[in-house]
Amino acid sequence: MTTLKIKNVKKVYPNGADAVKGVSVDVEDGELVVFVGPSGCGKSTLLRMVAGLESVTEGEIELAGRIVNELEPADRNIAMVFQNYALYPHMSVRKNLAYGLKNRKTPQAEIDTRVSEAAELLQIAEFLDRKPSQLSGGQRQRVAMGRAIVRHPAIFLFDEPLSNLDAKLRNQMRLEIKKLQRRLKTAAIYVTHDQVEAMTLADRIVVLNAGQIEQIGTPAEIYSNPATTFVASFIGAPPMNMLEATTTGESLEIDGQSIPYSVKHSGRVQMGLRPERIKIVNGEAGFGFDVTVLEDLGATRLVHGHIGGQEITLAQDADLPAPSGHIKIGFQPDDVLLFDEATGQRILT
Amino acid sequence: MTTTELEQSASVPHAKPAPSRKTFGGVRIYDHVVLWFGVFLMMAPLVVAFTTSSFDHVLIHRQGMQFGWGDQFSQTYSTVLNQQGGFTGEVTGWLMTQNSFILGIGFAVGKIVISMLAAYAIVYFRFPFATLAFWIIFMTLLLPLEVRILPSYEVVQQLGLLNTYTGLILPLIASATGTFFFRQFFKSVPNELLEAARIDGANAWRFLIDILVPLSKTMMAAIFIIMFVVGWNQYLWPTLMTTDETYFTLVRGIKQVMQNMIGADIPKYNEALAMAMLAMIPPVAVILIFQRMFIKGLVEQEK
Amino acid sequence: MGIIAVFFLWPAAEAIRSSFFLEDPFFGNATFVGLDNYRVALTGSDYQRTAWFTAVFTVIVSLMSLALGLMLAVSADRVLRGKSTYKTLLMWVYAIAPPVAGLIGVMLFDQHIGPLVEFVALFGWEMRVGVNYWDTGIAMIIVSTWKQVPYCFIFFLSGLQSIPTSVKEAARVDCRSETRRFWTITFPLLAPTTFFLLILNITYAMFETFGTIDLIVKDQPGNSPVTLVYKVYRDGFRGNDLGGSSAQSVILMLIVLALTIAQFRLIERRVHYN
Repeated sequence: MTTLKIKNVKKVYPNGADAVKGVSVDVEDGELVVFVGPSGCGKSTLLRMVAGLESVTEGEIELAGRIVNELEPADRNIAMVFQNYALYPHMSVRKNLAYGLKNRKTPQAEIDTRVSEAAELLQIAEFLDRKPSQLSGGQRQRVAMGRAIVRHPAIFLFDEPLSNLDAKLRNQMRLEIKKLQRRLKTAAIYVTHDQVEAMTLADRIVVLNAGQIEQIGTPAEIYSNPATTFVASFIGAPPMNMLEATTTGESLEIDGQSIPYSVKHSGRVQMGLRPERIKIVNGEAGFGFDVTVLEDLGATRLVHGHIGGQEITLAQDADLPAPSGHIKIGFQPDDVLLFDEATGQRILT
Repeated sequence: MTTTELEQSASVPHAKPAPSRKTFGGVRIYDHVVLWFGVFLMMAPLVVAFTTSSFDHVLIHRQGMQFGWGDQFSQTYSTVLNQQGGFTGEVTGWLMTQNSFILGIGFAVGKIVISMLAAYAIVYFRFPFATLAFWIIFMTLLLPLEVRILPSYEVVQQLGLLNTYTGLILPLIASATGTFFFRQFFKSVPNELLEAARIDGANAWRFLIDILVPLSKTMMAAIFIIMFVVGWNQYLWPTLMTTDETYFTLVRGIKQVMQNMIGADIPKYNEALAMAMLAMIPPVAVILIFQRMFIKGLVEQEK
Repeated sequence: MGIIAVFFLWPAAEAIRSSFFLEDPFFGNATFVGLDNYRVALTGSDYQRTAWFTAVFTVIVSLMSLALGLMLAVSADRVLRGKSTYKTLLMWVYAIAPPVAGLIGVMLFDQHIGPLVEFVALFGWEMRVGVNYWDTGIAMIIVSTWKQVPYCFIFFLSGLQSIPTSVKEAARVDCRSETRRFWTITFPLLAPTTFFLLILNITYAMFETFGTIDLIVKDQPGNSPVTLVYKVYRDGFRGNDLGGSSAQSVILMLIVLALTIAQFRLIERRVHYN
């Protein structure tokens, strides 16, 4: 079954800005879908339209079998976790959790059960009578999630919930969100601009750019089969190398150096190559490469340099001897991704 | 210039220890002198007024204002508080004090309610004519009652509200001074809080009562203090509005005292000053006791 | 909103309407006279004299309270010992009602008992408040300034305290002269506060000093100087010249409007900077 259907939804602001230009996505039961993209790509607007915080200009949003376009947020059976948590500062944790239920006239006994269940689940039972200001960032994060959980919603909406935490806590909470979502088996949309969060959390990723979907797929698909140059360079760290190259049908040429490469396409192309798929080769055929800077990251080492006039980065095991000066690099033809020079669309080989 | 100086002092290990220490001491003495001078200017008139009020009026008339301590203190003050004054003889100092408190508190509370609602409407509602309403409220902000005093009087007269507390307080409230405070504060409340409340099923009214009012508590207290002082100190409007002496406030009473002095052979300076002291004590006490909150609230308008 | 409409909009409209009429106070007849009231108001020698005094009064009171408030605030910001005592004593006067200040002023400047009159007499100045036009004006200016200094002091002190320590420290590294530092760093940073206070001081001097003035002239203006607001009151309530008084109200409203717009501009500009 499908929890949420977003059908060709558009958002035009009164000032004429086109925030979302026709997007369709389905979220299946129990699935965690991540919307990822740079700031201003429309991902938050889309989420807020699902929440009912923004009106829908065109298209339909169907949640649990009914069209919710015109419903108030409170009537949509959704729960949302905000970037800055949006906890009510003057209410205790318990009251924060209960506030939404009270407004829906849930019986007190039921409220108590749900609050203690959620508190148990999130290990915040001991803080229930504190005010948000007496909690640490991580604890506030949990309370914000607790407030979402007690509602037993059809879908969770997360709006960059981890961006206010420090790096270490962020990794920890990321894992917890995933575990929790698996356990509750509730569908969720998670909005982030952080591609690492997207890769680690998602069942499926929706990559958005300039109000449109660039690609929808599992993290593995997105990583290894990006549909456009945008997706290719947005996902993965360090980002994929993008080089200007020319194909003739039998060979691939970069800045005057060429290797044999069989492909149906001929002409100028954008060539994508993951840094970790590039190897340093000795002597034999390969591209001449000038090393400029090395970055040691512990387990891996990034080698920055250029082929002719084009910047390129490769990743290697830090145990290997550090390269320097003029060396040769090579890669498997299978690892090369070609994109149309003008449209940025993938050319399937 | 400065850079070279720095470089020099860096290159010479034991550069002259700069006369900074001396200047600092000098500056401090200068500052204290300035402040003592300021305190003298501010406080001396009050001290003289206070000490003089403890003397007999004949003595004051003969020898001028006094700096010592007279023997008429308790007698003067009890006269001012208890003696039935005015033409009708119905008004005492106590009654005026009571009226002043009614005006001060009523004004402050009314102001808070009105300006909070106005600010809420401005910040959170996108209704038609919002811009127009916004401008009207802004205009009221700086159109003090003093400039519209005459027509306001006519309106209150037509409504039959002369010599009532309602007529005394309502027209004073009808300006948007406090709106600025609340508007500023409401704008600083993160939008997500409103959104979270909407998802939690709170309507506009609930959001105001459940979230904004509790959040504004400190703000409201600060505004209360400021507005209490402003209300207490109202002069022109009460002067026009209240012809019935039982509605006189202390500040209004000052005018009465002055008028009584004009005709007298030997004016009762001591009683006039005692009255001034009484009219001064409550607002001064309030701002001094709640000093921190008062300052915070006051400077908030600038932001 | 209703209250604002009844007690604000209605009176304002009423003022504008009646400013075009010549009203007979005894029979309530009103004759439409167009802009005559304005013409009479603006060309009358009494009005012009009042306007001139108001201008002088406003400028002196505004600037003097700014200067004194700033001077005290700068010192109070620098001292370490007794800061809060100074602060308490200096803000005290803020809470005093203008007429109370006026009454104390009347006493201090009284010909029989006033110590200030005795004091200036030492310099051969025979001050006759209530009789001599400018002697009375000076007393008004002194009392009104006295009443407004604490207000400026509070704002300047909080403005000074909100300058980040890092900026003050950077300035100390860059500039050795304390005076120079004040005029090149601190004062420009206080500029918005200064401008804000300037507008508030103008409003104060023009309108809120009514009580002070009323007490000093002892309700019998006669030959004494008064401000425009006082004249509105006197013509309207004493002279029963409702139309003329309304016309004067409208003129004042326009002045206030100009001040509001100036203040609004300032606030908007600051929003942009942030």
